[in-house]
Formats: sequence, structure tokens, C-alpha cells
Amino acid sequence: MNFELTPEQRDIQKAAREFATAEFDKDLAIEHELNHSFPEELWRKASKLGFAGIHFPEEYGGQGYGLLEKVLVVEEFCRQDSGIGMALSLVELGSEIILVHGNEEQKKKYLIPVATGEAISAAAFTEPEHGSDITFLSTVATKDKDGYQINGTKIFITNGCIASFTVVLCQTDLEAKPSYRGQSTLIVEKGQEGFDATELENKMGMRMNSTAELSFVNVKVPAENLVGDENRGFYNMMDFVNESRPEIGALALGIAQGAFDRALNYAKQRKQFGQRIADFQVIQHKLADMATKIEASRLLLYKAARNFDKGKIDPKISSMAKWFSARSAVEVTEEAVQILGGHGYMLENEVERFYRDARVTEIVEGTREIQKNNIARLLIGKIS
Amino acid sequence: MDIIVCVKKVPDTREAELIITKDGKDIEKGELVCDINEWDRYAVEEAIRLKEELGGSVTAVAVTPDEDEDLLRKCLAMGADRAIMVKDESFRGSDAHVIATALHHIIKDLPFDLVFTGVQAEDDGYAQVGGILAGFLKVPHATLVTQIEVLERKVQVHRELEEALMEVVELDMPAVCTIQTGINEPRYVSIMGIRKAAKKEMKTLNTSDLGLTEEELGDSASKVKIKGLSLPPSGKGAEILKGSTGEIATKVASILKSKGVLA
Repeated sequence: MNFELTPEQRDIQKAAREFATAEFDKDLAIEHELNHSFPEELWRKASKLGFAGIHFPEEYGGQGYGLLEKVLVVEEFCRQDSGIGMALSLVELGSEIILVHGNEEQKKKYLIPVATGEAISAAAFTEPEHGSDITFLSTVATKDKDGYQINGTKIFITNGCIASFTVVLCQTDLEAKPSYRGQSTLIVEKGQEGFDATELENKMGMRMNSTAELSFVNVKVPAENLVGDENRGFYNMMDFVNESRPEIGALALGIAQGAFDRALNYAKQRKQFGQRIADFQVIQHKLADMATKIEASRLLLYKAARNFDKGKIDPKISSMAKWFSARSAVEVTEEAVQILGGHGYMLENEVERFYRDARVTEIVEGTREIQKNNIARLLIGKIS
Repeated sequence: MDIIVCVKKVPDTREAELIITKDGKDIEKGELVCDINEWDRYAVEEAIRLKEELGGSVTAVAVTPDEDEDLLRKCLAMGADRAIMVKDESFRGSDAHVIATALHHIIKDLPFDLVFTGVQAEDDGYAQVGGILAGFLKVPHATLVTQIEVLERKVQVHRELEEALMEVVELDMPAVCTIQTGINEPRYVSIMGIRKAAKKEMKTLNTSDLGLTEEELGDSASKVKIKGLSLPPSGKGAEILKGSTGEIATKVASILKSKGVLA
């Protein structure tokens, strides 16, 4: 049993912290929050330093580290600022599908620009009628002599409007039984005829990320844009979530830690009834609960990431790490707002934003409920 | 251009509540985050920039009582080529003279054109190591350096004096420069840098490897001894301004003007 990070992992953690502390300016964050804009300049800077493609192999422009190192960076970025952290951490969403299932040409063409900060990617699974249950999709890719023709709508797609390419899960065989054995993952590039992305305005949080509705009207995709085998798309997506769930958990962990740092600091400064509020047991217990939840989340997440890196993928642990970190983040950020009181309710004191940003981590990449279904199924066996 | 940079790790005390140790001679560092001394960070950056421009090598050197591999790994990740650490418990409480002695023992056998130190350290602020080291090495030195230009076997450096007065001096190489903050904009440690650092040479020596005797080390050899540390007593003189934001701002401005902070 070893709970220590390696010296190299600690260096990565420090490098991420140093960059985030110096560059994620609070006023800049509030500006992006109010304008719903993506912090493009910071993304380019972070990519130049190797943060974007940290877990891609070197031959695809990455740094050759694993998911645990990625998790460490995401945690530090979100700890410093929930909004900027989320925006910068998710720029390679969907690329992992190409990394795992793509062929050599696809990897070279699509991964290198993402790792080097030239491109942003997206993954499109969710549809207006299919969210938690995507075993059947209304977005259909019909095969023709040149490749595929896609028709349908995807919704709540992170990076939708700013992605250079999107990995789209489509139904390619309408007759397949079960239906998810008739799905495929296809790469759609920005600007392709018939492909349109519309920004979904006014979200609760995650305002520095683009969230879009994608519409596909007779979008022609060449056969070489098929990622992995035809009709194996659902399985590609399931592999992807083993990697992306700990990443979402890391967003939550960082957000929770950031809110905790601010609450602890405030509790030590703020005086009421003639003493620091940190001297009241009621505040002490809140802080103790928050710190405990954060530490438990961290251990689960690092374990999930380490398992992934060692090739011992346990979807049960990934799901546990994801839902627990996300729930903890919502609870911790909620208490942070409570500790800061009126100040906590104000945008300029950050924790209300952390609270709003935390909430989405319980929804994306499988809701809390879906994670629990997943865990239960793996514990009990097939539930009919 | 072979450059040696001397670095030190210091605790970040900016927002910390300082606690004096039981013996009264140090602060409790257990909970404090330690990182490279701010001046040294600029010195490392300046060395790397000169190497990138003119070729050669950068060697980072640390003399320390603690496990400071991470300090040197940081220098390697920024772009230094190799690192040497001399670790010995007896360096705890050493004065600048002892540190400079140890540095001299390391550096005297290495080829170098320039040796950089920070102007001073954030923790003890003595600003002495560079000068004493230059004395031991019998080479010229310049302090408070804010600009360096390498000429044929000479360097021309700018020194920042009081009231922003700038002095330009020329030194024969080899030479020692103590580097002032603001001379450059130190780079961030990149993930590429960390990856490369893992493959670079890091030598860990002890004092006997350097041929240092006990008389040259530690408390007994230090010519400056700490008698005690104390926190400033909480004073009076804080004035709480009241009124609307505008009124408070006007008062603040007039106070700053009266104290000569604002013209």
C-alpha cells in the first residue's frame, strides 16, 4: 500500500499550482463568468506548457503521462478557479476516444493539435430524448458509398461551439438487437455542410465552457472518420467514461478544495461575538466535515486514476470516485457559502460560483444515480 | 558560457501565522510551503536565457541541511543542465560565511564563466553569500544586477542603486553576480521541462566529499550567530476610516500623499 505521489507527480502538481496561482486572476475570471466567454489566452498558455496533452503519448504531441497526472492538474486548476479550471480542463473532451480506438492517421491528425493548443475537441452522446439512456439514439448515420450521412440533434454538448471536431455517437444499425450494438462513433469537423452548433445560453454554472445544441442535416462524413469498428460505438463510449469519469471527479475535487480553502481562510479572519468564527464549534465541525469529504474523494479518485494507468480498469471504482467527489463538492461548496454568509452569496467572493460550478459534476458523464446503478450492477450482478 | 547558479529553498511566510521555535532561534516551518527563493528564481532564469542565447551549460547548486531535491528538480525543469546538492545537518543555522565556504568547495573544481546568486534570501535577508563567495573564488563581483551583457571575456552589467540610479560596470570573467528581481520574467515550469528533468544529472554530495572539515561547518564555524527571534509587538497607530466609499477613498489618498507615497 502506497499513498505517496512520486517526486515527479509532486512536481507536476506544483507546476500546475504555480501556473494557476499566477495566471488565474480573480477579476479576469469574473469577466469571463459575466460574459460567458472561454478563457482562450489562458488555454493557449497552458497548452504551451504541456498541460493540455499531459496524458497523451509523446508521438501525438503529448507528454506521455497518465490519467493520475491529468487528475492532479485538473484538481489544481479548479482549486484556483472553478470556472477557468473547468474551461481549461475539458478542452480535450472526446479526444480520448480517438486515443484509445482511433487509427494512426486519426491520432496524428486530431490529437496533435489538441495537445499543442491548436484545437479543442468535443464528444456528443446526449440527445433531447436520450440522456441517461442512450442505448438507442435518434441521431442516425446512414451508410452510403463514400461513407456516412448523419441526421439528428445532440444537446448539452460541452465545447460544442468552439470544438474543431466532435466525436459523435450515432445509430448506424437501426435493426440491431440490442440496439446499442448498432451504434458507431464518427468524427465530424467544424464547418462541415449541414452541421450547426448553437450556444445554449444562461446556465446555472460552467459559464466559461461552451455548451451547445448540435444539429446534423445530411452531414456527409467520409468512411475514414469512423473511430474504431462499426457498430462498436457504444462500447467505445463506455471505455471513454472510465477515463472521463475520474476527470470529472477531479473537477469536483478541485472545486471543493478551492471552496474549502476560502472558507477556512474566512473563518480564521472573521470575528463575531468577540471571537473568530473558527473558534465556534459549529464552524469547526463544518470545516472538519468538509475536509474529510475532500480527503475521501481524493483517495477514491487517485485510486481510480492509478488503476486506469496500470490497465486494471475497475468501472465500479471509477463510478464511486465520480459520484462521491461530485456529491462532496456540492456539499462542501454549499457549506463554504454558508460560512461566508452574506459575503458568500456575492459573486466577487467566489464561493457562490464554486457552488454553482460544482453542481454540474453530479450530472455530466453519468448522473449520480447512473453511477450508483453501475456500482450496484457490478456488485450484485446482472439486474434484469 | 558555463554558468553556475546557487539556489536556496525558503518558506513562504507572506500569509502565514509565524510561530517561533522553542529555542527561540527559528520559526516553525512544518506547516509552511517552501519554494525557491524569489531572487534565485530570477538568477536561474537569467542563467538559462544566457545559455539559450550563447550556448554552454547551467549548473544549479544548493547547500542545505534538508532534503531539497525538489528545489533542484525545479531548476532542472526550468532548463538547467545539471544539479549538485550538498546536504548536511550541520548546515542548519550556518551563516553566510559557512554557506559560501561550502559553495566555494563545490565550485572551485568546476569550469565556469559566471556564478549567479540571488541578491538576498527571503528568509534571513543577509545578502552576503555572493560577495563572500567571490572573495573565496578570487574573482570580481557585482551586486544588485538588473541587466547583463556578455562581451568578449567581460560582462557589462547594470546595477540598481538607490533612487533608481543605474550604475553600469564592466567585470572580467569569470565573475560573480548577485541577481536582482525584475531582471527578467522567470518562466513557468512546464510539463515538458519536468519530463526532461527526470533524465538530467543530479549529484548529491556530503561534506566529506568536499573535503570540508568540522571547523569549517555549522554553528561553531559561523561568525554570525542568531541570539533570538521575536515577533513584532502588536502596535497602535491603526486608524479605522469611516464614511462612504468615496469619503474613505479621499481620506486614504490624502494620507498617502501626506506620507509621501503619492506625489
